[in-house]
Amino acid sequence: MHLRHILRALGRHRIAVGLLVLEIAFSCAVVCNALFLIGTRLERMQRPTGVDEMHVVEVGVRSVTPGTPEATMAQTRTDLARLRALPGVSDAVVANPTLFGDSVSFSSVRLRDDAKAPSLPVAQYFGGAPLARTLGLKLASGRWFRPDEFVGYDALQNDTSAVPVIISRALARHLFPGQDAAGQTIYAFGTNRVVGVVDRLVQPMDYGAAGGYDYAMMFPVDLPYSRGTYLMRVDDPARRQAVIGQALQALKANGPLRLIAPRYATTLEAARAKYYRNDRAMAWLLVGVSLLLLLVTALGIVGLSSFWVGQRRRQIGIRRAIGASRADIRRYFQAENFLIATGGIALGMALAYGINLVLMRHYELGRLPGYYLPIGSVALWVLGQLAVLGPALRAAAVPPVVATRAA
Amino acid sequence: MRGTGQPVMIGYYLDLAMRSLKRNKVLTVLMVLAIAVGIGTSMTTLTVMHVLSGDPIPQKSADLFRVGLNVFPDDNFRPGEEVPDNLTRRDAEALLRDARADRQAMMSAGTMVVTPAQGDPLSLESRYTTADFFTMFAVPFRFGRAWDRGDDGSHARVAVISAALNDQLFGGRDSTGSMLQVGSQSLRIVGVLGDWSMNPRFYDLSNGRFGDSEQVFVPLATALDLHLATSGTMNCWGNNSDEHAADAPCLWLQYWAELDAPSTRVAYRQYLHNYMAQQQQAGRFTHPGQIRLLDVMQWLDAKGVVPSDVRLQVWLALGFLGICLLNTVGLLLAKFLRRSGEISVRRALGASRRAIFMQCLVEAGVVGLAGGVCGLALAGLGLVLVRHQPTDYAGLIRMDPSMLLATFVLALLSSLLAGLLPAWRAMHVAPAVALKSN
Repeated sequence: MHLRHILRALGRHRIAVGLLVLEIAFSCAVVCNALFLIGTRLERMQRPTGVDEMHVVEVGVRSVTPGTPEATMAQTRTDLARLRALPGVSDAVVANPTLFGDSVSFSSVRLRDDAKAPSLPVAQYFGGAPLARTLGLKLASGRWFRPDEFVGYDALQNDTSAVPVIISRALARHLFPGQDAAGQTIYAFGTNRVVGVVDRLVQPMDYGAAGGYDYAMMFPVDLPYSRGTYLMRVDDPARRQAVIGQALQALKANGPLRLIAPRYATTLEAARAKYYRNDRAMAWLLVGVSLLLLLVTALGIVGLSSFWVGQRRRQIGIRRAIGASRADIRRYFQAENFLIATGGIALGMALAYGINLVLMRHYELGRLPGYYLPIGSVALWVLGQLAVLGPALRAAAVPPVVATRAA
Repeated sequence: MRGTGQPVMIGYYLDLAMRSLKRNKVLTVLMVLAIAVGIGTSMTTLTVMHVLSGDPIPQKSADLFRVGLNVFPDDNFRPGEEVPDNLTRRDAEALLRDARADRQAMMSAGTMVVTPAQGDPLSLESRYTTADFFTMFAVPFRFGRAWDRGDDGSHARVAVISAALNDQLFGGRDSTGSMLQVGSQSLRIVGVLGDWSMNPRFYDLSNGRFGDSEQVFVPLATALDLHLATSGTMNCWGNNSDEHAADAPCLWLQYWAELDAPSTRVAYRQYLHNYMAQQQQAGRFTHPGQIRLLDVMQWLDAKGVVPSDVRLQVWLALGFLGICLLNTVGLLLAKFLRRSGEISVRRALGASRRAIFMQCLVEAGVVGLAGGVCGLALAGLGLVLVRHQPTDYAGLIRMDPSMLLATFVLALLSSLLAGLLPAWRAMHVAPAVALKSN
């Protein structure tokens, strides 16, 4: 059996072979890109935040009758004392914004005290002294804020003298390439000395260019509960729901009538799941479509191969009569399918890169990595062989006696 | 044979098609399924696209304009950058005072905490705006009326509530005249909305683009007096302790103008240019300043209101349909050529090439219609899945009559397209050769 013979036989069905090659090519191109999209979604969903998410819960509280700033601050302090006293809670703090929440705030960061200097919008966090401990952030260089460095929210806005700042390592590398950022100065709220760099801190939600996701900074601000959310660190992740229930009770029992409800309380883990639910849905949709696509392609191969087997029953019979074994016949159809699949894959790879180029232009998407080529090729070869197995076995079962009958 | 009248022949072809399809059930089912799956996915995604890119306010969308002004001071001005979506309070109030449009409203979203007579306090989505809002956006009222411009000026303690909130708090009765307790203040309810939901919520795309309309509407001046919390984008330059102050350098207010005639649109554009020139002369900035005036559909387009995932899904589904069609072409070709013998007999008996071609196309069309029916069922299933997705537009997705019709047109067209090549090949089966080989 020679490939030359197979090729010559295929030449007699140019249109059908061409259709099958095209179908395999398009399937290959779409599946490669779909797999790539699934990969990018999974990667996005697994992005670390630098926060020890399994141990953090959050409870939002709103006032019904706003009091004076002093009264609200006093209320906040007693709330925090109650929350820290809950069993299993090692720390509590008011912070704004919350990770995976629905708000984000930016400040323009400059490296010179000059409004005309180039600026970079950077996501910012405000929080009290235990914020870093509560979130489980890791210090890369410099130090944490000192207790005397914490200011009130209004002081941050009015007194622009020198609130220190801690920035994420990615931002540090961007602003001060090749240097230690700790000890440097940036200009965001007046003049801000960088006292520390944390390993990783990210935007609370994606906003702006994707490259800026891990640019973030935090300021030492004691917020009243009305300007933030209560965050608690729970030592045992299994106790998080129980802690949320106890926290709601403790807060309700402490102070005036306020808006305190389970719907404003969540674990950070649940907040992450909710934040990425669209990506998860899209990834599953792509998985579903890819599988259906492969199924349709396989059915197309089964259909056409069966047709060819039926059409060539007499020739098969003749080959069997002059000495070809069943295995020879089966291998013939398998080799034929391999050739067609190879043609389809070759064309499909070119198409895959074409589609990828178009996607790159319209979506924030990178170049299709090279390793999708072997994955796609092997998948379609295997699919082709599986699909042709049935028809090939049926062909092999054609008895030699068929040669003697009229078709 | 050609002249004996098409209706009779079509009936005959249908009969032949049904016989042929029944003869090879597996192949037929495969073809119908392939088309059905392709049509089903395409129609699901196209329906989502159709709903999301629809005109939320068709009777007025050409008359309503979102106003944007670039009043950044020189330090914050970036040439070539887009005009910001929102206005400062200073500019919004100046435009509102001049009232050069047929109607105009400034607004912001917010949340407010209301204490009902019984039960726990509620956090409600709110809109702080000015009197024209309700007429401009054709908001229907079930009870009462909107507040008027005088109420805006006097910072009246009034509110308009949604039908849903009226049902929740007042059991659906006419609640006008009742009070809404907001902290230590109370607002008198002057109106209750009828059923009203704008999807997308085009007048403010910064707080969830799809979903129900707000539950409470309060005059902006009143909301500022009561220090009600606003939500949405707040873009400030310079440090300031109160972002909502009358002269705060912060962009946060949405501004809409209703301009009913082409002449007023030209005049209003000129008015905005003049306004910017005045601001420049007053020394706020030295750059020329820019204005932006977009009607509803232009505005939705500029904000890219259809999620990019939805566009991607449409392309994916159409690609899928294309592959399903290639599959169908292959299978139909196999099927028709397998009947070469039968075709050549018919040709030998006098059937014209055209007759063979028509007969094959009718068979393809039958497959397409069957695929369309199954595809419609699959699209229905797909839409149920879409409605269970965690997206904010999930609840809005419905198939309307136009999409229903489009399903069948797409199914029939694509199957006929798929049938063209096989039918073309089949009609070229030569009578003599095919008979001889038998």
